Amino acid sequence: MDHADANRFAPALSDLVRGQAGVVAGVEHLGTRDTIAERLEALGLVPGEPVRVVATGPFGGEPLVVQVGSTRFALRHAEARRVRLGIEPPEDGGV
Amino acid sequence: MSDSPAAGAMRIALVGNPNCGKTALFNRLTGSRHKVANYAGVTVERREGRFTTPGGRVVRVLDLPGAYSLDAVSPDEAITRDVCRGTLPGEPAPDLLVCVADATNLRLHLRFILEVQALGRPMVVALNMMDAARERGIRVDTDRLARELGVPVVETVAVRRHGADALTALLDASGTRVEAAAAGACAASDSGAASEDGAAVAPTPDVHARVRRLLAAAVTVPRATAELDDALDRVVLHPVWGLVILALAMFLVFQAVFSWATPLMELIKAGVDALGDVVGASLPAGPLRSLLVEGVIAGAGAVMVFLPQILILFLFILALEESGYLPRAAVLLDRFMVGAGLSGRSFIPLLSSFACAVPGIMAARTIQDPRDRLATILVAPLMTCSARLPVYALLIGAFVERREVWGLFNLQGLVLFSLYAAGIVSAVGVAWLLKRLRRGREEQALLLELPSYRRPNVRDLAIGLLERAQIFVKRVGTIILPLMVVLWFLASFPAPPAGSDVNPLAYSFAGRLGAALEPVFAPLGFNWQICIALVPGLAAREVAVGSLATVYALSAANESAADALGPLIAAQWPLPTALSLLAWYVAAPMCVATLAVIRRETGSWKTMVGSAAALFALAYVLAFVVHAAAVALLPGGAS
Repeated sequence: MDHADANRFAPALSDLVRGQAGVVAGVEHLGTRDTIAERLEALGLVPGEPVRVVATGPFGGEPLVVQVGSTRFALRHAEARRVRLGIEPPEDGGV
Repeated sequence: MSDSPAAGAMRIALVGNPNCGKTALFNRLTGSRHKVANYAGVTVERREGRFTTPGGRVVRVLDLPGAYSLDAVSPDEAITRDVCRGTLPGEPAPDLLVCVADATNLRLHLRFILEVQALGRPMVVALNMMDAARERGIRVDTDRLARELGVPVVETVAVRRHGADALTALLDASGTRVEAAAAGACAASDSGAASEDGAAVAPTPDVHARVRRLLAAAVTVPRATAELDDALDRVVLHPVWGLVILALAMFLVFQAVFSWATPLMELIKAGVDALGDVVGASLPAGPLRSLLVEGVIAGAGAVMVFLPQILILFLFILALEESGYLPRAAVLLDRFMVGAGLSGRSFIPLLSSFACAVPGIMAARTIQDPRDRLATILVAPLMTCSARLPVYALLIGAFVERREVWGLFNLQGLVLFSLYAAGIVSAVGVAWLLKRLRRGREEQALLLELPSYRRPNVRDLAIGLLERAQIFVKRVGTIILPLMVVLWFLASFPAPPAGSDVNPLAYSFAGRLGAALEPVFAPLGFNWQICIALVPGLAAREVAVGSLATVYALSAANESAADALGPLIAAQWPLPTALSLLAWYVAAPMCVATLAVIRRETGSWKTMVGSAAALFALAYVLAFVVHAAAVALLPGGAS
């Protein structure tokens, strides 16, 4: 999964503001074993999955509360920057 | 691989994502018949219980820590991974893995089920929270799911009586059948197999593709989220209303721990005193009576007196956690607390430490990240606990004028406020320092799931509270009690020769120890009386007041000993000494209960000794600076 080059200029989840949505293009792995990136994928941030920012923290717009599938979780900008967004629609209309 | 169930009880383990209702299912199966301990060498809680199925089969259940993946990123997840694989030393592989999934969030939870399945061990799937799923119109074709997965699937509602009957019935019918079914499933499984060393368990894209196929085949979800969650989160996570609600909730928790517990604590103290009187009256005066009444009974009382605060705090924490609010509060406070080198979850433990550090440090269990948890535990003793108030009240009352400042504030109140502020400032400083020390290590992720809102279940709250009480009494109490007896011994022996008018406390080991420490504390302006009072004051900070009264030969039995002490020290101590002692108590680790709970919660003597030494050093520096500044700045300060 080498998104680093192809997606360097693609928008990231951290660019979204409260209420905005996007579709995951991929998660950027930093270094050889990026456990944070692996965990983001385990939480469902995989290519084709729609994602939406439902809330942001009251101080400095951090952390972001995102909805992916039926899961809602909070992450900081450092983590959200790894999630690259694309414009393609979800493969199978995933809810 | 698996042990024969006939050899003894059948051993099953509950595994699943966090928030799948695993612990509620565990409680449903075992009631309160379970015990909580730690896995060897780590501070991860090990919960095991047993029950008998309707068919008469004895089953031992292990409630494994929640995990998102077997690619462990925390000590909890590593335990879950190792137990599932059967590689944890001293922990035989379970005969059956019960994979618990939240039926309202199968998109996430099926992924973990597939990961567990790839281990090739006997397993069943329990679709939990089926009631919530039905309410939301989510339909799960259980038979189809079982066929597609190749493992038995049962529906459970852990919070309802008989909600786990389908699971127990399956256990009754199982043995060979479940294992056969599971073995078939492994053959049918098309997900990537676990590699030898277990790193990179399954190729993620394949697992996600398979989850999508399973969902398409067996699950109908009308709406990805619950409407109630969306509506509540719009308010609860709102930048303004969210903070207002949070402030109200925190105020309620603080009030409850601080004031509701007081009458109960008074009741326990009175009960312990009464017991001491009864036992004392039935024994002849002498060392045995003194040991029982002032050592053992008073020591046990010193343990029990923490229970009201612990139980009230944990009642709120469990209810907030179960309702789904606690992670949201952590989100609101995260940025703010990260600035101080902590995390959003540190807030409640630190807030409760203003009442007492003991329940506060226990509450740090709700912080998943081990480093954030340690940092929170280490700064918790710097919050000004209620036991410092008698010391502060004595010194402020004796030395600070009761006069108005700028026509608005009371000088005594200002001094008290600045002592609280000094505690917070030093905590922020220590947290910042800890963060600096660990910088360069891998970055810390938040990645906090916000589960659906749920009504807390009374039965689960009661079981959770019982657990906390048992943990405290058995594991912390057993450290505090012997230390109390040691302190009693030091303060009681040797007794001065009969007929002499030597002060008994000054004559005892504790007194001699205090006197020997005088040169150490002389730079802080402490006289020998203070040094002596510091030793028995280890039992609890407020005991130092009583000990000072004893040193000054005021009868301890005299109700107004503390009242008489004020004018006495006001006449005898220079002001810099009093200010220095106040500064000392901002940081001083003068409480064996706090040290005992740090030892237990971190599982490390080294951490306890290290934190005690660090707090001691901080207190020493603070007191030294305050004393030197007061001597230099105050007219006639050194008189």
